[in-house]
Amino acid sequence: MKGFTSNKTPYLFIAPAVILLILFSILPIFIALIISFTDIDLAGLADWSAISFVGLQNYKDIFADPVFIKSIYNTLFYVIFGVPLVIICSLGIALLINFGKSPIFKMFRVIFYMPSITNVVAIAVVWSYLYNPQFGLFNYILKLLHLPTIPWLQDPTMAKVSLIILALWRAIGVNMIIFLAALQGIPKEYYEAAQIDGANGWKQLTKITIPLLRYAIFFVSITTMIGWLQFFEEPFIMTKGGPLDSTTSVALFIYQNGFEFSKFGYAAAGSFILFIAIIIVTLVQFRLQNKEGHY
Amino acid sequence: MKTAKSQSTYFWGKGKSEQWIAGIALAIGGVLISIPFIWMILSAFKTESEVMQIPPTLWPDQLTLENFVYLFENMNFALYLKNTIIVVLCSFVGLFLNAMAGYGFAKFQFKGKEKLFYLVLATMMIPGQVTMIPVYLILNEMHLTNTMAGIVLPGLVGAFSIFLFRQFMSTIPDELLEAARLDGANEFRVFTQIVLPICKPILAVQGILTFIAGWNSFLWPLIIANDESLYTLSVALSLLKGQYGGNFALQMAGSTFMVVPIIIVFLFFQKHIIESYTISGMK
Repeated sequence: MKGFTSNKTPYLFIAPAVILLILFSILPIFIALIISFTDIDLAGLADWSAISFVGLQNYKDIFADPVFIKSIYNTLFYVIFGVPLVIICSLGIALLINFGKSPIFKMFRVIFYMPSITNVVAIAVVWSYLYNPQFGLFNYILKLLHLPTIPWLQDPTMAKVSLIILALWRAIGVNMIIFLAALQGIPKEYYEAAQIDGANGWKQLTKITIPLLRYAIFFVSITTMIGWLQFFEEPFIMTKGGPLDSTTSVALFIYQNGFEFSKFGYAAAGSFILFIAIIIVTLVQFRLQNKEGHY
Repeated sequence: MKTAKSQSTYFWGKGKSEQWIAGIALAIGGVLISIPFIWMILSAFKTESEVMQIPPTLWPDQLTLENFVYLFENMNFALYLKNTIIVVLCSFVGLFLNAMAGYGFAKFQFKGKEKLFYLVLATMMIPGQVTMIPVYLILNEMHLTNTMAGIVLPGLVGAFSIFLFRQFMSTIPDELLEAARLDGANEFRVFTQIVLPICKPILAVQGILTFIAGWNSFLWPLIIANDESLYTLSVALSLLKGQYGGNFALQMAGSTFMVVPIIIVFLFFQKHIIESYTISGMK
């Protein structure tokens, strides 16, 4: 390949993609940072002279904004309940599928994966119907079982839980596949050796499988956590953040301020706070992972 | 839930009965997972009054295509379908650009290669919410809001796709490319006639994922298109929910129309999609 060092060919191959990425991913980071210190809004969009630097005012305002504080609380709620649920359910299903030998278990892979490829808008519309207090299937089934009905999307706390159930349903597929891929990479000899030593099933799970899945669990927990921090579509379509802002996530707050109220600078400040939170969470997770790796 | 119990069955021997327990647990889970799909499809063929009936019917009393007809005759779904297909086709152009970039990074030595590649990888970590507003402002400056170009351009290329292409293409032997060059093929021909055919497996997987992503694209078209003539199916469906909130039969028909094509494509290619996770080394 020596002959091509000074050639412009490679640049022609990478140029379209790299230019698009710089224009729509790298450059926007800097623009976001700059406009988060300005009061740019719809008026400023038409006339740049209407924009002025306001320093840290957006950041001061946003931390005094009760809706923003609430959206942080809601997002933490999603993360704290959502991440463990996604890991436990997708790992549990992966273990079950991996256990089976007959071809029918391959079919289960497909069924559990299906929700994650389908359109989120369509799915949110369908679940709104299922959750409907009068005509919804879920409350009908509860009534059949003589159980009290649930105000799925009407009660502030229950609405958050309802959105988590839906998002969990969508998240299982991809993560289950990642766990399955990792499970298939564990050499059978480990289990055979453990069985000779008389280790029971629970011991094998906790002493062999889980430790060897550590990297997959780390990967899933980090991507899931970042996903929950950016939780947006479900509350946006199903509840619009209500009732009483109880389902507004930070991402939805940014969207609403940016594109519904056209407060671009203010929303950019919110987006930077989210960005920094994501970076911190990722770094902390990597730290924890490294510590764990040592013993 | 059932998971705790089933985890232990996995390890308490490998007998037939344990297999059965695992199978039954998965079957119950599978039915639960499928309920929204089944309910959506069956409701799409019910009349508006039947959908609100108590007790609800599982199978439609009278199968009707009325809802689908309404979507196309009164709701412009044909136009939204056309727009969605345009978005999908453009995303395939993006896939081609990703493959080109992957090839550039895999098979050439050039100044700044490492740095540019890290730059590409870094874009994977940037959350959409941060770029959303600046990208809107950039497109506004370029007078591309409310255009198809504005809808497709920002999502055209993706770092992860470039990364996967690079990984795959670095396994292609240099001798093969040299031989083609000696035969007088220019660089672009080497790429389209030698490299791309070799990449068929990864092209297939990424092609399907690109199709699904394009078909499902929602947030960006919603932000950038104010004009109804540019709406994609997803955007139209979210508006349908706003306007026809009470008509669940119509909403289920719209959802079915969006979801069923994806399920069909997925069922055809599911083996490749699912196995690509193992290939791409996510362990």
